[in-house]
Amino acid sequence: MIQLKVNGQTLSLDIDPNMPLLYALRDVAHLTGTKFGCGLGLCGACTVHLNGVPVRSCITPVSAVKDQQVTTIEGLAKDGELHPLQKAWVQHNVAQCGYCQCGQIMSAAALLQQTPKPTETEIENYMQGNICRCGTYPRIKQAIQTAAVMIQEVKPAKGAV
Amino acid sequence: MEPIIQINRRDFLAKLGLGAGALVIGSGLPGVSLAAVNAPAGSATPSNALGYFISISPDGTVDIICHRMEMGQGINTSVPQIIADELEADWSRVKVTLGKADARYGDQSTGGSASIRKFFAHIRQMGAVARDMLEQAAANRWQVEKSAVKAQQHFVVNSKTGEKLAFGDLAADAAKLSMPDPAKVRLKAQNEFRLIGKDVKLTGHDNIVQGKAIYAQDIQLPDMLIATIERPPVVGGKVKSFNDAEAKKIPGVVAVVRLKDRTIPVGMNPVSGVAVLATNTWAALEGRKKLKVEWDLGANATHNTEAYKKELAARVREPGAVVRGKGKVADHAFNPERTVEAVYTMPYHHHMSMETPAATVQIKVGKCTVWAGTQTPQWCKSLVLAELGFDPEKDGDKVEVNATLMGGAFGRKGKNDFALEAVELAVATGRPVKVIWSREDDVKHGYYHSIAANYCKAEITDKKTADFWVQRVAHPPIGWTFDGKSDVPADGLLAQGFADIPFALNNFSCETQKASTRVRIGWFRAVQNLHNAFAIGSFVDELAVKAGISTRQMWLNLLGEDRIIDPRKDGFTGWKNYDQLTDDYAVDTRRMKNVINVVADKAGLEKKLPANEAWGIAYANSFNSYSAAATKVRVKDNTVEVLEMHTAIDCGLVITPDRVRSQMEGAMIMGLSMALYSQITVKDGAIEQGNFHDYRVAHMPEIPPCTCTSSPRIKHPAAWANPDCRPLFRASPTRFITRPVCACATCLSIKF
Repeated sequence: MIQLKVNGQTLSLDIDPNMPLLYALRDVAHLTGTKFGCGLGLCGACTVHLNGVPVRSCITPVSAVKDQQVTTIEGLAKDGELHPLQKAWVQHNVAQCGYCQCGQIMSAAALLQQTPKPTETEIENYMQGNICRCGTYPRIKQAIQTAAVMIQEVKPAKGAV
Repeated sequence: MEPIIQINRRDFLAKLGLGAGALVIGSGLPGVSLAAVNAPAGSATPSNALGYFISISPDGTVDIICHRMEMGQGINTSVPQIIADELEADWSRVKVTLGKADARYGDQSTGGSASIRKFFAHIRQMGAVARDMLEQAAANRWQVEKSAVKAQQHFVVNSKTGEKLAFGDLAADAAKLSMPDPAKVRLKAQNEFRLIGKDVKLTGHDNIVQGKAIYAQDIQLPDMLIATIERPPVVGGKVKSFNDAEAKKIPGVVAVVRLKDRTIPVGMNPVSGVAVLATNTWAALEGRKKLKVEWDLGANATHNTEAYKKELAARVREPGAVVRGKGKVADHAFNPERTVEAVYTMPYHHHMSMETPAATVQIKVGKCTVWAGTQTPQWCKSLVLAELGFDPEKDGDKVEVNATLMGGAFGRKGKNDFALEAVELAVATGRPVKVIWSREDDVKHGYYHSIAANYCKAEITDKKTADFWVQRVAHPPIGWTFDGKSDVPADGLLAQGFADIPFALNNFSCETQKASTRVRIGWFRAVQNLHNAFAIGSFVDELAVKAGISTRQMWLNLLGEDRIIDPRKDGFTGWKNYDQLTDDYAVDTRRMKNVINVVADKAGLEKKLPANEAWGIAYANSFNSYSAAATKVRVKDNTVEVLEMHTAIDCGLVITPDRVRSQMEGAMIMGLSMALYSQITVKDGAIEQGNFHDYRVAHMPEIPPCTCTSSPRIKHPAAWANPDCRPLFRASPTRFITRPVCACATCLSIKF
């Protein structure tokens, strides 16, 4: 049995310790928001957070993440409210086919944790491991900038209360 | 197109789960619907299985089926948007479901940018019929003439008293009325559109950003096995022998199945191989690694792209079969001072959609249910019926094909080989099976955009335009995939930017040369326009240099007077203008010149640039749309850098402006990938690439500033998913005649 902590819940899964986290999430935990794209850590579609840091779940064995905090796209919204990035994605009509977007959003969420006001170049550099074949890159950039502003606006407001 | 019908039998409605109070408008073959109505009680069928398009429930919810398949182009917004507009529905109360495979919807094959072009009138009528019936129901309620009432945003308003009745309150009454003649129902005037031409909230976007959108890879069924397949590395290859002893030792592996051999033509068939089936993906993949398979590679193991490209390039220099022509070119004495001659090549390309192919099949009590990300669900259904030996006339109900969202497709998922693999394995194992393709499977066993060579030769005239134009093309044709024989492109492919050239020429000849096929060839976004637009655009640029004028001016000179182009007049009798041979879609040089000027002005094309920078400009008439692209590049230290990209499109009436823009952005970026990074090469019959590291596509930092300008018109929607706005490069003095573009010394030394 492997214990995984996913989106705040503890899961006990009877699986091969070498199984990549991606397949544990999708096949066993039925969390299908995390996507398969390449299997080699080249495209970013499978990005999840491990203790807040983005990892490629397709090349991360479950044995390496047991008892650590895994966050998937399904755990990004808090208390029923979408993450600012999810709102910004909708606002900018970012997605075309949408398949890579969960991975894009997870990478972007880690970026904003680390760099709350990223420049365009910082966004490009941080996001370069996430591929979108539909070509939504210009909108992803815009949505990240919008979300950064949303987060900044919420913080002072909360501080005032 | 199927006639529009009203569905009002009470038992039928009950089966829809809608109760008797719902107004349901469908499009169906009478008779077929009756059969559904008369199906035995208790055979409950999900509501969207029965071929209806619109239903209005007493609670006011408007359910609309999108019968065309969604792969990122936004059709699951645009089709319902058109229906909802005519219906006067409040968009926020519209629920959209993707239609299953069902002949009653009419053609569901979603490719060739046909959804709006071909269905616009019909689906408008459907919305209008429902609106008319709601208005009639309200008029009856108030006992006034129908002309005294009007549907407005989910209500019908009495224009004399100002009273309002909600759609939901009227649905039951409306359902009891007999349906008006759809041809006589009033359609909205253009200025009455509330949704068409406006940006609305996109269908399903909220699900996408939360990971709730369901793609083919996401289907899960109880007791399901996951299958991964080792396929012959060469098309036409077969399993000679295999050893599965080690594979079966992997915990979780349940079965190893040899798929049946398949023959040429490849069609949409699987390519055979050995499948490993397991209770989870990881076990299946691990088991597959342990398989030992010996292959009989077959005759195509001699195919090598390096040699084949040169062979095609040599062949197009020889006279070919004339498809279209005028005047005399064969015995013309070309003035070498004024003549330009060139050969351009393009490699095989692969779609590389982010979601690899996947399909799930369950066979239960004589019924086969398929879940697949397919662009052609009805085609899938007929193939599955044939695979299982069912009679499509009598046993149509024994196969159900459910369409999922597609994580990209670009033409690849118009083929259903992966669904047939799942059928074969579900039969073999007696359990539900999901076939998943690894990225390597996807890259190595695709239906590729054909490798191609284009030859062009023409002479500059005194008027700074060109004449005595000879062009030839050779590429493995898609026809081979289906007949195993074709060696020249069909007319429909030659009409994609080759034999439909719109230039004002007195003497010209468009010719084909033969090409053999050694890999599976398929449709790829914009299809044959890809290499034809690259070749012709490059050639026009070379002509401009020779004539000493701007490239924009050469385009305008070649296009000549404002006029309508009909290639049939010069002998190209097979030209069908993308199946739109009506005056509404007449090919108009004025619209071509307009998009060229729009993009050239936007880019500032004639401004002076540093010596190592240049603009490339390209134009294509693709799937009834007019598009032009301008790209600025810099060549420095043997590398090519793209600095700016601009496109302009005139795709007629626009339904969802944002989705036109998004498609143009995507086309520019995909074009950038094709021009700079990606190609499929073949060695000894096998594809050499396997994943994103060796079939490179553009990443975010490589994307230059992009703009797109749409010039919408008030009538006749055309394509927007297949615009050909591929970047074209000229960074003087460097000229690129082959793709992908590379400025290293070796590549620049290539001459054909």
